[in-house]
Amino acid sequence: MTAARVVTGRSAEQEQFAASLHGLLAAADVPAVARRWADGDRSPGLVLWRQLAGLGVTALAVPEHCGGLGAGLPAVVAACEELGHHAVPGPVAESAAAVPELITALAGERLAARWLPGLAAGELIATLALPPWLPYAADADAAGLVLLAGPDVVRLAEPGARHRSVDPARSLSEVSGREVLARGPAAAAAVARAREAGTLACAAQLLGAGRALLEASVRHAGQRIQFGRPVGTFQAVKHQLADVAIGLEFARPLLDAAAAAPTARDVSAAKVACTDAARRAARAALQVHGAIGYTQELDLHLWLTKVRALAGAWGSQAEHRARVMAAIAAGGGLPWS
Amino acid sequence: MSPDPAGFRAEVRDWLRAHVPAGPLPSVDTAEGFARHRAWEREMAAARLSVVSWPAAYGGRGASLLEWLAFEEEYYAAAAPVRVGQNGLFLLAPTLFAHGTEEQRGRLLPPMARADEIWAQAWSEPEAGSDLAAIRARAVRTDGGWRLSGTKTWSSRAAFADQAFGLFRSDPGAGRHHGLTYLLFSLHADGVTVRPIRQLGGETGFAEIFLDGVFVPDADVVGAPGDGWRIAMSTAGHERGLSLRSPGRFSVAAARLVELWRRAGEPDGNSLRDRVADAWIGAQAYRLHTYATAARLAAGGTLGAEASLGKVFWSELDVALHETALDLLGPRAELRGGEDGRWLDGYLFSLAGPIYAGTNEIQRTVIAERLLGLPR
Repeated sequence: MTAARVVTGRSAEQEQFAASLHGLLAAADVPAVARRWADGDRSPGLVLWRQLAGLGVTALAVPEHCGGLGAGLPAVVAACEELGHHAVPGPVAESAAAVPELITALAGERLAARWLPGLAAGELIATLALPPWLPYAADADAAGLVLLAGPDVVRLAEPGARHRSVDPARSLSEVSGREVLARGPAAAAAVARAREAGTLACAAQLLGAGRALLEASVRHAGQRIQFGRPVGTFQAVKHQLADVAIGLEFARPLLDAAAAAPTARDVSAAKVACTDAARRAARAALQVHGAIGYTQELDLHLWLTKVRALAGAWGSQAEHRARVMAAIAAGGGLPWS
Repeated sequence: MSPDPAGFRAEVRDWLRAHVPAGPLPSVDTAEGFARHRAWEREMAAARLSVVSWPAAYGGRGASLLEWLAFEEEYYAAAAPVRVGQNGLFLLAPTLFAHGTEEQRGRLLPPMARADEIWAQAWSEPEAGSDLAAIRARAVRTDGGWRLSGTKTWSSRAAFADQAFGLFRSDPGAGRHHGLTYLLFSLHADGVTVRPIRQLGGETGFAEIFLDGVFVPDADVVGAPGDGWRIAMSTAGHERGLSLRSPGRFSVAAARLVELWRRAGEPDGNSLRDRVADAWIGAQAYRLHTYATAARLAAGGTLGAEASLGKVFWSELDVALHETALDLLGPRAELRGGEDGRWLDGYLFSLAGPIYAGTNEIQRTVIAERLLGLPR
C-alpha cells in the first residue's frame, strides 16, 4: 500500500448519513423496541427495520439494478456502526451486509431477482449460518430468508432448535441445509466476500456499541454523587474512561481502511481491535455504573450483552489474530511497499 | 512548492540506501557518537533532507504533512541513525514557526537544519515534572535582556548539545500559569553548568542544567514575556502528537518483530503469536490514525487535546511491542549489544515513553476532562 492510497477518514457524505441515522434511532426509543424483541414480540422491531429501510440502510449493499443503492462497503459499515451505537435488535450484519453481498456475488440473475429487491426495500430480513465462524443463524425466526454457507456451497436452510443468547434481544438457531443455490469456485468466492462483509459489519456494530457504552458512562459519572461529588471527578474513574476512548479512537481507522479494501488481513485486524475496544468499554461501563449497571432495569444491559454476543460472532479473536499473522508472515510486515 | 509525492518517496529511499551508514553508529549519548550523529545530520542537510517539511528558505523542501510521513517511513525502514537534533527540529522549530519573529527564524533555523547548533529542551525542574506550572527557575529583567537562575533537569541531549530552550518565571507575582517566559540560551554561556545523568540503560541521555545569572538578550525571547505557558503548550501539542513519534517508527519495529517471530519458529505457541499480531495491529492503527489526522489538518483542522489520545497509545504500544520481542528472545533478551541487543535498547527507550512529554496519567486526565467532558 502506498501512502497515496491510505484511507484518510470518512467522507462528509458518510458522516451526514450516520448523523441522520442517529437522529432517527435516537427518536425511536430503541431500548423499548429491543426489550419487546427480547420478549418475543417482533412487531416494533419490524417497524423500526422498515424505518431504517426508508433511510436506505437495507439498500446500501444491494446493487442499483436490483433495487438497491450500490453504496459500497464503507457506507454499509458506517450504517452498521450507528445500528450498533443504538443496539438495534435483529440480524444486522447478516441482513444488511453479508447476505446481500453473498447473493450479489453469486451473480445469478434468478437469485438476485428473487431476493435482492425485497432485502433492499426492507420487506425481507435475511440471516445465515457459516460454520465454524457462525455455527448458528442469528434471529432466524424473524428472517424470511435463512441460508447455510460452507466453504464452497450455499444452500437454503431450515431453522431448527433455537437457543438463547447472552443478549436477550438475540436468538441463535441451528439450521439444516436444503436446496443448493450454488456450489464450486464461484460459490467459494461469494462466501469469502460475504464473510469479510459480515465480519466488518459486526466489527462496526461493536465499535458503535462501545461508543454508546462510553457515552453512557460519561453521563452517569457526571451525575452520580458519592462522597459529596460526582464520581466522574475521581481520577480512577477518569483514567478508565480515557483508556476506553483511546481504544475506540484507534480501532476506527482500522475499520475504515478495511471497509475501503477488505483484505483478510485488514478485516481481521479491524475485528480484533473493535472487539477489544468494545469489551474494554463494556467492562468500564459496568464498573463505573456499579450495581445499577448489573441489572436488567437499566437499558445499559442491552449494550453490555450485545458486546459479549458479537465479540465471538464472525470469528473468534484467536482466529482473526491467526489470519493477521498468516498474511503478514507471508507478505512481510511493512504496511507500505 | 510541494515535491511530487511518489518521486519524493523514491528519491528519499534511494538516497538513504546509498548513504545510511552500514551498522549502527556509536550511541548518540557519548561524545564520539554525538559527533558522528552530527556529521550524519550535516550529510542529510547537504542533500536538503534534514528538514523536508520546512520552507526552502530555511533549508527544507516545503513538503506536506503526508510527504513528511512518507519520509519518516522510509527513514525508519532504512534503519537510519537517531535524529540527534530532534528536540530542536520537532519541538523548538514548530514553536518558532508559530510564535517566533522573522529575525529569529532567519537566524536560528538554518544552523539547526545543518546541525551546526543542536538544541536541548529545558523545561522540567526538580520540583516541576508533571506539574510543569510549578516552575521556579527565574528570569530577571536586566539591561537589554534577562538573567536566568535556577535548575533544569531531565534535559535530553544536554550533555553534548549547544543551545537550550526553556520556560522561566519572569513575574513571580503572577498566577502559576502566568508570568512564565519562553527563553533561549547557550549551554556554553557564562553561568551554565551541565551535569550529565546516567539513565536506566547506563548512558548519559539527559542532564541537569544549573543556571547562575546567565544573560539572555531580548532577541532570544520567543513570543511576549509572560506568554511562555501558552507558547510552551503549543510545543507540547507537537511533542505528544504528530511530530515526535511518527508512525514509521512503529510500523518498522512491528515488521521487525514479525520477522523475529518467524525466525524464532513460534517458540511459545499462540500466546506470543497473538501479542505479535496485536503489536502489528496497533502499529497499523497508529499509522492509519495519523494519516487521517494529517488529512484533517491539511483541510484546515486543528489538533488540540486529541494529541493526548495518540501519546498514550503510541507509548503503550512501544512498550508492549518491545516486551514481546524480549519474550521471543527468551534467555538471550538480557544481553547488551549485538543485533538482538537493539531490542533491549529499544525496550529501555520505550520505558521512558509513558513518562516524558507529559506522563500518561496527565494525558488520561486531559482526555477525560477536555475530550470526554468529565467534571474536574
